[in-house]
Amino acid sequence: MTIGIVVFPGSNCDRDLAWALEGILNIPTRFLWHENTSIDGVKGIILPGGFSYGDYLRCGALASFAPLLNEVKDFADTGGPVLGICNGFQILTELGLLPGALTKNQNLHFICEPCELLVNEASNTFLNGYAKNELINLPIAHGEGKYHCDLDTFDDLQQNNQIALSYSNNPNGSLADIAGICNKKGNVLGLMPHPERACDPILGGIDGQRLLKTFMG
Amino acid sequence: MNTPTAPNGSLNCEDPHTRNVSVLRFVARVQVQLRPSVLDPAGEATKAAANRLGISGLQKLRIGKAIELELEAANREEAMASVELLSDRLLANPVIENWSVVLEQME
Repeated sequence: MTIGIVVFPGSNCDRDLAWALEGILNIPTRFLWHENTSIDGVKGIILPGGFSYGDYLRCGALASFAPLLNEVKDFADTGGPVLGICNGFQILTELGLLPGALTKNQNLHFICEPCELLVNEASNTFLNGYAKNELINLPIAHGEGKYHCDLDTFDDLQQNNQIALSYSNNPNGSLADIAGICNKKGNVLGLMPHPERACDPILGGIDGQRLLKTFMG
Repeated sequence: MNTPTAPNGSLNCEDPHTRNVSVLRFVARVQVQLRPSVLDPAGEATKAAANRLGISGLQKLRIGKAIELELEAANREEAMASVELLSDRLLANPVIENWSVVLEQME
């Protein structure tokens, strides 16, 4: 079961992800260059963190027009698991696979710190290794992670149990403390925190392991 | 249409009738602005700095983007349609931003 990690110019968490998946969890990975037009039989796809296209125009805006992302969209539409981390989350919203948008942190700072998160919805594809209402710790590292959507969309998110993760202490001004959301089917998850940075005990915590382990499927 | 051809049968690019397809040039300025409901922390910080500069009476400061582009099109409607599509799908994210266009024909 090989997992595809999409690589854009400016991605910088792609290798961290490969290390966490292969080196720690023994899940084979393959890098998928953004200009490819085939996802080549992978069983899951991750859009990594970083600064795709230098964050030009808006975070994730230019990446969402990469040729490979048409394939990613089809893959997601047919129920394939797609995970977007940090910049990957921003790309998923620009792509329209997840609603809303990520905007500048309320305090304008790039925030890089460990965060306590509440698992709201343990039933989606990626969070079934956690208990509902479990508190976990994952690090964040972003300048534009303030989740925003209109009220109708927010009602939808709540009614369909799409608010997957929320911050215990909102660091960036996100609407309703939102740290991660999934689509209605639960096979697409976007989150600002970095699970791949919480897989090796030497880094201070392994709460990210159970999220990435869902790719063992 | 009866297209004139060169002796070897290929399209004759030198023929004045085929060269004379009129293409107009336009310049467009697209203004992208955060929607009023979206917090603009950069604008707020800049407003605070403006106050420190001693500017009084400043009521509002919102930061947006201005994008200038030049394009060719057969007519104004076609040019506008292209710029509108571009603004809505790429230059602005309608979830958080509004956009407006000023389109002018170039000499």
